[in-house]
Amino acid sequence: MAALHIQSLKKAFGGLPAINDVSLTVEAGERRLIIGPNGAGKTTLFNLVAGDLRGDSGRIFLFDQEITRKATHRRVHLGLARTYQIITLFPKDTLEHNIMLSLLGLSQRRWNAFGGSSGEFVQEAKQVLARVGLEHLAQRPVSEVAYGEKRRLEIAMALAQKPRVLLLDEPLAGLSREERGSVKQLIAGIPRETTVVMIEHDMDTALDMAERITVLHYGRVIVEGTRAEVVADPKTREVYLGH
Amino acid sequence: MKGWIFLFVILALFPLVGGEYYINLASQIFIFAVFAASINLLLGYGGLPTLGHAAYLGVAAYLSALVALKLGMGHLAAAPAALVGTTLMAAAFGLIALRATGLGFLMLTLALSQVLWGTALRWVSMTDGDNGLRGLARPAPFGISLDGAAAFYYFSFIITVIAIAFMARFVASPFGAALKGTRDQARRMSALGHDVWLIRWLTFIYAGFWGGVSGLLFVYYHKYIHPVSLSLANSAEGLLAVIAGGSGTLAGPLVGAAIVMLLKNYVSGYVERWNMLLGFVFVVIVVFMPEGVVPGVQRLWRRYISKA
Repeated sequence: MAALHIQSLKKAFGGLPAINDVSLTVEAGERRLIIGPNGAGKTTLFNLVAGDLRGDSGRIFLFDQEITRKATHRRVHLGLARTYQIITLFPKDTLEHNIMLSLLGLSQRRWNAFGGSSGEFVQEAKQVLARVGLEHLAQRPVSEVAYGEKRRLEIAMALAQKPRVLLLDEPLAGLSREERGSVKQLIAGIPRETTVVMIEHDMDTALDMAERITVLHYGRVIVEGTRAEVVADPKTREVYLGH
Repeated sequence: MKGWIFLFVILALFPLVGGEYYINLASQIFIFAVFAASINLLLGYGGLPTLGHAAYLGVAAYLSALVALKLGMGHLAAAPAALVGTTLMAAAFGLIALRATGLGFLMLTLALSQVLWGTALRWVSMTDGDNGLRGLARPAPFGISLDGAAAFYYFSFIITVIAIAFMARFVASPFGAALKGTRDQARRMSALGHDVWLIRWLTFIYAGFWGGVSGLLFVYYHKYIHPVSLSLANSAEGLLAVIAGGSGTLAGPLVGAAIVMLLKNYVSGYVERWNMLLGFVFVVIVVFMPEGVVPGVQRLWRRYISKA
C-alpha cells in the first residue's frame, strides 16, 4: 500500500510555479530521499503535504485516505509528523516540556482544562529523550542546548508521536561531522512501521540513507528511481553540476 | 505558594484595621483584578492582545441591571442570565475576532466593543444613554446584606479568590500548556496535532466569562452602570494593568490592577492630572521593567540576592 500518494500537485506563488505538476508515490515502510538544488520546491512540497499550504490543484493521499483539504492538525491525527528545516521548537521551555507538547497533541487529555497537570507525560517524555540520547538535558531550556541537540529534539518530537509517515526537512543541515553521524544513526534506527520521507539538498551526505530517490528541479520531478539509477542518470548530473 | 497564603491572610484581615475608604478602594481593586486577570488569559497566555475586553465587563453589568429593572427579576435570575448572555456573546465575538491574530485581532476586538459602547450610548430607551442606569441594588446572598463596606469587601474577596483559583488551574492544566504553546509557536503546535484555532476560541470564551464576572462585581459595587464601562478607555486600562503588572504571570494582573486603581482613585485626590501621572508611571515601568513589575521585581531581587 502507498503510504503517501501525491497526484499532479500544483502550487504557484504570485504566478511563479513552485510545485509544477508533481506526482509521487511512497510505499509503506520506504525510505525516500527527495533531493534538488535550492529553490527546487522541496520544502514547499512538504508544506503542502503537511497542510501548512493549500495546493492550487492536485490531490494528496495518506494511506489511501484523501487529505488534500484536511487541516494540518487533522493530518497529524492520521499519522503524519514532520520536522522543520529551520528549527521550530519552544525555546523557553525545557526539552521535556517540548516532548510533552508533542505527546499531548495526540492525547485526549489536551482538552483537560481543569484536572490534571502539564506534568502528566513526564515519564513518557523521559523515555523519548532517552531514545535520542538527550535524557540528561531533560530539565534544560531549549535555548541553552547546542544546535545539534536541538536537531535531535526536533526529530524526537516527531518520533514521540509514533507517526506512520515522517517528513524530515533537511535533518542534517548545519551539523558538524560528528553530529551528522549521530543524527544519521538516529534516523537509521527508526522502525519500519514508520515511512520516512527526507529532504536534503546536499546529495553526498544523504544518498546512503534512502532506497529510492526523487530529484526535484524547478518544481518538477525530473528523475526518480533507486540510488544507482538516479546517480547514473545524466539529468541528475545536469541539475547538480550544471552541464 | 507561601506568598499567596501570606497575601490571603493579610487581605482577609484588612477590614479589621482599614478605614471604610480604604476598604472600598480594596474592593475596587479586587473587581479590576478579576477583569485584568481575564485579559491576561488572552494576552499573557494566548498571545492575543485584546483591546475590547470592556465589552464583557460592560455587557454583564448592563444585562444584570436590565433584567432587574426591565423584567423586575431578582439577582438569582439576573446574575446567571448576565453570565450566560456574556459568555454566549464571547463565543460569537470570538468567531469574528479570531479570524485574525496580532494587530488584526486587536482591531477586531476594539471594533466589536466600540459597537456595544455606541449602542449603550444611543439606545436611550433601553440604557438611558449617557445618564446610565440607576436604582440598582446589591444582592443579599443567604440573607446577608452587602451594603456595608466590609460585607461587600468580603463578598468581592471571595469571588476574586475563586476567579483567580479557576484561572490559575486553567493555565496550569494540559489545556493551558497547549495554550502557551500556541502563543510561542502556533505553527509547530498544529504540526503536533493541536487545533490552534479551537484552543484560542475556547480561551476567548473562558476569558469572556470571567470578564462577565468582573462586570457583575462592578455593577454590584457601584449600583450604577454607564456606557463608559464599555469604552475603549476601560479596555485599555485593563490591558495596561496586565502589561504593567507582568503579562503571562498569575500575580501580574493583580499588581497591575492595584497600581491602576490606586493611581485612579487615591492619587487623583491629590493630583488633579492623575492621567498624566498614570502615563508617567507606565513609562517608568516600561523603561525599567519592560516585562512588567512582577517579573521585574523578581529579576532585581535575584540579582540582589546573588550579590549579597
